[in-house]
Amino acid sequence: MARAATTTDPFNAVAEPRRRLILDVLAGGERPVGDLVERLGVSQPVVSKHLRVLREVGLVDVRDAGRQRIYRLNGRSLKPIHDWVARYEDTWNERFDRLDTVLEELKRKEQEDGRDDA
Amino acid sequence: MTHSGKAAVTLPTDTQILIVRDFDAPRHLVYRAYTEPDLIERWWSGERGKVTSAEVDLRVGGRWRYVMVANEGFEVAFHGTFREIVPDERLVSTELYEGAPGVTEDDATVNETTFADADGLTRLTTLVECHTREVRDMIIESGMEGGMQEAMDRLEQVARSLA
Repeated sequence: MARAATTTDPFNAVAEPRRRLILDVLAGGERPVGDLVERLGVSQPVVSKHLRVLREVGLVDVRDAGRQRIYRLNGRSLKPIHDWVARYEDTWNERFDRLDTVLEELKRKEQEDGRDDA
Repeated sequence: MTHSGKAAVTLPTDTQILIVRDFDAPRHLVYRAYTEPDLIERWWSGERGKVTSAEVDLRVGGRWRYVMVANEGFEVAFHGTFREIVPDERLVSTELYEGAPGVTEDDATVNETTFADADGLTRLTTLVECHTREVRDMIIESGMEGGMQEAMDRLEQVARSLA
């Protein structure tokens, strides 16, 4: 049962380094399984297993093209992950926006001091 | 006024957080704003509260501690120790959120901050190195520093490009 968690949400699905590598490769455009096998340097069954997990959480889509199965990244399902980091980013943006204000003041003060010295 | 834009947060590895932001000010001023208590007090809490204390003993082995009262009323404190100091260029220090249950000094992250010239701006880069992915995720999850979830890495860059 512990393994079931892997397939329940994209966070768990991308916790596996090889699956992230697959997503990285697919970020460059759709690819047939053979390309992925080559890039990952592991056997086709291993790649297929990871692709199945990624498909189950909606991170990748597949289509048939003749005898090939072509995989592509599904950007929309990455949004929860993006949002997850975005909140942390918001914190820093708030801080840095304030830091901008502090810096404007320091710059002004430095210019004024410079004039005093002159 | 400023055109320094937004912070970029990425996750280069399972245990890292990288924060990059450009500032329209010379390096030595960004460094000052980052290290002088009365200046830190003015920006570090963002919009989430008010800094009530900022102590900075800016020397190798010296300690820093920031305390903020969040808008919701609770207190949030972080502290750490400076490991490397190159004025106007580079700071390495540890950082620990004091509020997480059961935290020990071993849970502290190591933060490497650099101040670099970048096309007339100053690029502030902070690399947060965590001991484990769990700690890293906890930091992200908190939005502020302290919480919990699962993982990923460069994927964030992918997500960003697609969002």
